[in-house]
Amino acid sequence: MPVTLTERAAKHVSSFLAKRGKGVGLRLGVRTSGCSGLAYKLEFADAVNPEDVLFESNGVKVIVDPKSLPYIEGTELDFAREGLNEGFKFRNPNIKDECGCGESFTV
Amino acid sequence: MALLQISEPGESTAPHQHRLAVGIDLGTTNSLVATVRNGVAVVLNDHEGHPLLPSVVCYSRGRVQVGCPAQAEQACDPKNTIVSVKRFMGRGIRDVAHIENCPYDFVDAPGMLKIRTTAGTKSPVEVSAEILKALRLRAEQALIGNSGMELVGAVVTVPAYFDDAQRQATKDAARLAGLNVLRLLNEPTAAAIAYGLDNAAEGVYAIYDLGGGTFDISILRLSRGVFEVMATNGNAALGGDDFDHRLYCWVVEKAGLSLLSPEDTSVLLIQAREAKELLSAHAETRITATLSTGQFIDLTVRQQEFWEMTRNLVAKTLAPTRKALRDAGLAVDEVKGVVMVGGATRMPHVQQAVGELFRQVPLNNLDPDKVVALGAAMQANVLAGNRPSGDEWLLLDVIPLSLGIETMGGLVEKILPRNSTIPVARAQEFTTFKDGQTAMSMHVVQGDRDLVADCRSLARFELRGIPPMAAGAARIRVTFQVDADGLLAVSAREASSGVESSVTVKPSYGLTDDQITQMLKDSYEHARDDVHARALREQQVEAERMIEASESALREDADLLCAEEIETIRAELATLRRLAAATDHRAIKQQVERVNRVTGPFATRRMDRSVKRALTGRNVASIGP
Repeated sequence: MPVTLTERAAKHVSSFLAKRGKGVGLRLGVRTSGCSGLAYKLEFADAVNPEDVLFESNGVKVIVDPKSLPYIEGTELDFAREGLNEGFKFRNPNIKDECGCGESFTV
Repeated sequence: MALLQISEPGESTAPHQHRLAVGIDLGTTNSLVATVRNGVAVVLNDHEGHPLLPSVVCYSRGRVQVGCPAQAEQACDPKNTIVSVKRFMGRGIRDVAHIENCPYDFVDAPGMLKIRTTAGTKSPVEVSAEILKALRLRAEQALIGNSGMELVGAVVTVPAYFDDAQRQATKDAARLAGLNVLRLLNEPTAAAIAYGLDNAAEGVYAIYDLGGGTFDISILRLSRGVFEVMATNGNAALGGDDFDHRLYCWVVEKAGLSLLSPEDTSVLLIQAREAKELLSAHAETRITATLSTGQFIDLTVRQQEFWEMTRNLVAKTLAPTRKALRDAGLAVDEVKGVVMVGGATRMPHVQQAVGELFRQVPLNNLDPDKVVALGAAMQANVLAGNRPSGDEWLLLDVIPLSLGIETMGGLVEKILPRNSTIPVARAQEFTTFKDGQTAMSMHVVQGDRDLVADCRSLARFELRGIPPMAAGAARIRVTFQVDADGLLAVSAREASSGVESSVTVKPSYGLTDDQITQMLKDSYEHARDDVHARALREQQVEAERMIEASESALREDADLLCAEEIETIRAELATLRRLAAATDHRAIKQQVERVNRVTGPFATRRMDRSVKRALTGRNVASIGP
């Protein structure tokens, strides 16, 4: 199952990368900690490591490390606006529960 | 759901500054502290170069001694020298095996026992805190002396079988010792970290941990850099101390001793332990001691004799091992490696028995005494944020017994099944049983049986302020959350009003030592009984609900029925009541259906009436007769 970006998310990522002036793509992952145990990692990527898994979605290179992959396989990253706030949302089919803040989850 | 922003590479983890963190193996017999230095985990030695700190605390002559100096006092002041205090953590007097052999002056306090010493009454938490304090000082001297940095925290290990009470007690002890607990970690999992990283081999491993006072077997799967605990089992009251005790009993019997003073008991137990250690490398050894009565003891014990007298102790470790394999759904030949942990695994006959069971030579290339502390140090290093982001690994642990809630009829609804990986949160919806019910009593239980009576009660709390509604209309969401330390929080929330209530399981100290093992065993043995009991209770609850509803309807709308109909319904209800008191769930079910049929026309008439009432509204005058 690939990790994908919605068209809207891809448009924003592309424009952020352009503004930043460098970077090969977007790195998605998970790390421990957070109120429900695991937390998402969302970073610009300047390099691709040999073990990384690569996806291409709507023109953006998505990079996932192999340890995170089982937790976010099939995830779709969306971009949303809520009131004055805007940012990215993970639509992750693997999660069983997430905390109120939505930054951490369990699988 | 929060909206996330993209970070610069590596910045979504903790700052890059190196932070000092230690791993502590708080053992029954010995404790250790380790840390990661220059990328390698090392055990920190004391000034004399000893890695092990005997888990002994002595309160005498107005001061507290820990470790070797305390151990030296053991023979002459056994009452004030506390050894193997880990066995008493979170326990009452009745829960501790062989307590009659302990020379201490116990006080049975509510929750956890205490020990009366010359320095006052001490709880096991306070005694453990002294050990942890000594380790903290050692770590600070070794680490901070030359770097000026602060110790950010510690990972403290506990046996996989520790229940909530014991985990909480361990956490309390660490806090009392001035340590910031980053996480409690299961000992076998820590051992897996130590081995898993060194050998980096994927596959299924069994961790056989025979320590001073506890035996744990864990089946772990290492894959794609992720550790998953597939099953755990063990015996919370079996360890190297029991081997000492066997040998001690042998000495007492051989020498024809009776009514030993506490001092003599201590002397002989120390002699027994030394002999046991010598017998791992020697064919025979002598046990000599002079008792307070002046009697001189001089016995020779042969390795073969010792193996014979402790054969059944070794066998006691193999049964839980087989069970853990069954739980994990694995055959012996699917286990890729067996890791030996704990000083007691140095005994050749233990190695041999484990080797025979798994049909392979167990792994023991790391010091079995140090493995747990090393793994804990590695985990502490990660939690303190010292590892670069991409190189982090994830760690999954499991809950040893299912957690659930009591529902009507004394049945258990399991919310978190046994062997769920933690941290975990899971929610389930419940509803009210009676019309207009405004409160709900929540009873949190632990165990794998179907009836509450057969499980262990953890906590009770109430959800009040539910708006009055018809039975079954309220939606109450109950959430169970177990954090990374294995501690449980339960909350209940009514959806429409938002009223909420919660409890953190600050568990009642004092579950008997064998109880967890026993509870698991029972759940397998009574699986069939439980199916019947559940079916019966479910039908009884259904019958009760039916009786309740019918009678309330009769009270309100009896005028819709003729005398004969009322008589029939009452008779059927009486039959139902009689059957519900018996144990045939099928008969109850049939009768419930019968009552349902008999009251059918009545229900229709009531429905018509309420529809008419609703249509009529307030404007009664406008509708003709």
